[in-house]
Amino acid sequence: MGFLSYLISGISLGSVYAIIALGYTMVYGIAKMLNFAHGDVIMIGGYAVFTAVSVAGMPPGIGILVAVVVCTALGVVIEKIAYKPLRGTSPLAVLITAIGVSYFLQNAALLIFGSGAKSFTSVVNVPPLKLAGGALTISGETMVTIAACIVIVIGLSCFVKFTKSGKAMLAVSEDRQAAQLMGINVNGTIALTFAIGSALAAIAGVLLCSAYPNLTPYTGSMPGIKAFTAAVFGGIGSIPGAMIGGILLGVIENLSKAYISSQLSDAIVFAVLIVVLLVKPTGILGKKVSEKV
Amino acid sequence: MAMLEVKDLEVYYGMIQAIKGISFTVNEGEVIALIGANGAGKTTILQTITGMIPAKRGSILFDGVEITKVAGHKIVPMGMAHVPEGRRVFSQLSVLDNLKLGAYCRKDKNEVEETLEKVYQRFPRLKERRKQIAGTLSGGEQQMLAMGRALMSKPRLILMDEPSMGLSPIFVSEIFDIVREISESGTTVLLVEQNAKKALAIADRAYVLETGNIVLEGAADVLLNDESVKKAYLGE
Repeated sequence: MGFLSYLISGISLGSVYAIIALGYTMVYGIAKMLNFAHGDVIMIGGYAVFTAVSVAGMPPGIGILVAVVVCTALGVVIEKIAYKPLRGTSPLAVLITAIGVSYFLQNAALLIFGSGAKSFTSVVNVPPLKLAGGALTISGETMVTIAACIVIVIGLSCFVKFTKSGKAMLAVSEDRQAAQLMGINVNGTIALTFAIGSALAAIAGVLLCSAYPNLTPYTGSMPGIKAFTAAVFGGIGSIPGAMIGGILLGVIENLSKAYISSQLSDAIVFAVLIVVLLVKPTGILGKKVSEKV
Repeated sequence: MAMLEVKDLEVYYGMIQAIKGISFTVNEGEVIALIGANGAGKTTILQTITGMIPAKRGSILFDGVEITKVAGHKIVPMGMAHVPEGRRVFSQLSVLDNLKLGAYCRKDKNEVEETLEKVYQRFPRLKERRKQIAGTLSGGEQQMLAMGRALMSKPRLILMDEPSMGLSPIFVSEIFDIVREISESGTTVLLVEQNAKKALAIADRAYVLETGNIVLEGAADVLLNDESVKKAYLGE
């Protein structure tokens, strides 16, 4: 039963990585940039729920809504102020700006909320599931996280496949100029992508803090990096790839923690990434991109 | 009033001036050809008209409305479509999805279906392959898709950039026949071509470009018999 329990909590952790990775992968696919501040948007989402629920005493549902609204607005504002003016310039400038935004958010949180860890009350009110006569217990957080991940991936895939805005995203992702020639508002589409990615970050923040109730200004940074790894692992730009990459990463991390060494688990995760990229540089589901001449 | 009027247009790439103050007009119903060698600035002119590149100086009027500073995506709904150089179809989407994106700005959903039928009539091959991923089409088929996609917006003016480039001779003739058909069905055409002979054969008037300047203009049949044009562009 030990293995099964580690596996399930690995899938749950991986589901959080997957939800974060979706934000990375969508922004990368459409805006062609790595938004390294994405992890810190999660942290802001965590603080938003914390403030709404634990400080202001709002019901958890409203708290989640507040976090989603705050993060969505934050994502759109970051894009408009920090990234949009750099569009068309060197990708390196954008990357450095993203790192700058990341530090800015961390320090802003430090200034507002202080460096002490806030103990986060879980906003998930689902009773744990006891299986096999109590030998295997699955917590409510675990179930909700996995379910949320599945719903989000299916919803996002349908959005991209079946809606006009989703098709516009695919068009912008493939050829920005040609998309503009169709009358697609490229800037608007990129802003929408940031909005969706940041809303997902808020949900990830809620789930992450519910499972690991220790909120600091650096809470988002490591999951952010791991989710980025997961996105690359699964094939950056691909929605199902982000899910597969995230879950695999979570499972590998948890199993290494359980059976090999909890200190080495991160090293093992990144070693697996390196091996995957050596064998398949585009990631598990990554598409081969042929450069047009 | 001219449908499209370009006045004293200047375009720069960084410090380099690509278009050095050119003026030309396109009247409703005409087929206008812009011909010239590689690097003369033909593509740049089209890209500036549809807002892909900003103009440094000069003005572009469409139906008398200044569009020089209008955002690129707002130009399509005004009735202008652009078939870009190199086709630029969305290679990972299906043929049908590409065509639907062509009608992205249209609000009249029922009539979009009608337009789609018309496009399928003009390009039966696109109908056969409507579910195929665009990247798997041949070059000629992709060109047809790029044209069909532009027609989906029901443009009054269509800009075409080197539609015959890189195609086999059979396709080249077919493409020029289609350009003529598009014109006959009432759409005004601004055509950029390196194949000067074929372009002049279907055009009403033409402008000859050399390194960012218009060096010659006139009726297409006159230019076809012009000694300097013959020598420089028709290989005679």
